[in-house]
Amino acid sequence: MTIKISVPLDTAQIKRLKAGDEVLLSGTIYTARDQAHKKLVEIIRSKKRLPFEMRGAVVYYCGPTRTPRGRVIGSCGPTTASRMDAFTPALLIRGLKGIIGKGRRSLSVVKALKEQGGVYFLAYAGCGALITRYVKKARVIAFKELGPEAVRSLEVEDFPLIVAVDARGNSIYG
Amino acid sequence: MVRIITSDKIRETVRDLCIKANVRLRPDVLAALKNAYRIEADKRAKRILRAILDNAAIARKESLAVCQDTGLPFVMLGIGQEARITGDLTRAVNKGVEQGYRRGYFRESIVRDPLMRGASGYSPAVIHTEIIRGNKVKIAVLPKGFGSENKSQSRMFNPTAGIDEIKKFVVESVITAGPDACPPYVVGVGIGGTADYASFLAKKALLRSIFRPASRVPAGKAGGRPTGHIKNLEHDLLRRINGLNIGPMGLGGRSTCLGVNIETSPTHIAGLPVAVNISCHALRSARASI
Repeated sequence: MTIKISVPLDTAQIKRLKAGDEVLLSGTIYTARDQAHKKLVEIIRSKKRLPFEMRGAVVYYCGPTRTPRGRVIGSCGPTTASRMDAFTPALLIRGLKGIIGKGRRSLSVVKALKEQGGVYFLAYAGCGALITRYVKKARVIAFKELGPEAVRSLEVEDFPLIVAVDARGNSIYG
Repeated sequence: MVRIITSDKIRETVRDLCIKANVRLRPDVLAALKNAYRIEADKRAKRILRAILDNAAIARKESLAVCQDTGLPFVMLGIGQEARITGDLTRAVNKGVEQGYRRGYFRESIVRDPLMRGASGYSPAVIHTEIIRGNKVKIAVLPKGFGSENKSQSRMFNPTAGIDEIKKFVVESVITAGPDACPPYVVGVGIGGTADYASFLAKKALLRSIFRPASRVPAGKAGGRPTGHIKNLEHDLLRRINGLNIGPMGLGGRSTCLGVNIETSPTHIAGLPVAVNISCHALRSARASI
């Protein structure tokens, strides 16, 4: 059974999700990968203002290609999540509720997801062209200088995802 | 007979190969994915393989990159000893890469300084040249994504090491990559040469069609002649890796590996270098001869 969820993710939606569930996500999500994570965590440490509201937010580990003329976005699949492991707990503490990526997470991320009540989802890995289908709008909102690694807001509709780590700390990878 | 090949022609060829490689999945890889889809028993694994096949069709139809990680292009140039190239060859290759990537709206994934990082761009590529017979220039472009490149491994074995130790190392490299590097994988293995040459061969092995057995590969420039035992090693590794139940996206299933390609080279009496280069399911490359 496929579960429909939408951003911002509230506690009721999050509690329903179990590792292995397949979901369709709609709403506004934010792309951030390596360099953006480094910057976001620096901003949190220096108590400055974050470029987007972290409370209830969903972050997508994605650095899309350039946008071909006449399209909303270029190829935009997930990148390897483990590279963000060191930065993730700090974002979860600030209210991040959903993460989309591919591959395994560290024990400290799983622990932080459990403590903060967050969910880690998998998007179809290596399917960047297919995923363009679910992106209705895209806009760079921060760190423009990072090029493909800039933070973008993406408006997604029925983005197919698989729950990899649920808020109880259960993982699809066992 | 000496033939003149302009660097402009090389630039244009590299440009077109970059676009082709990133947009059209290789026929052998596509056939292997279709076969994996056909034989996969796990329902979720089958759905993922369906998405992978749909993705390839959309990319081709709509001229989109198969994967947003359009990689660091690995460019192999086979330069005929009777070819005379006018102009600046290295510059022509890098210009071709830049033009192809710009035209294809691909991703700027290359940072000039590995430590200082900074803004990313489209070049330079990693370029290898080999001198070959004849008067043609053969060009192969393999855009390598780093989700899988990050899982590369190499090890210097003792010359007395048994083949089982080498098998174990290759299988363990795949286990280490696990669900992270977009399985089902294609595994390139380089055996012999030196530490650097084995790593090069592991990458080069990915250029070969996964249905073309090693035994039919012509002897390399160093005189390596892969025979039946390499073919058997490829088959055995493929079988073992597919028994790991990693599956598409690492969520279980039969399809963990689409193919194992091994390249060998003569080596020193004191050593046995082995390198593994893993490719994600979107193994992309294109080649041309001019």
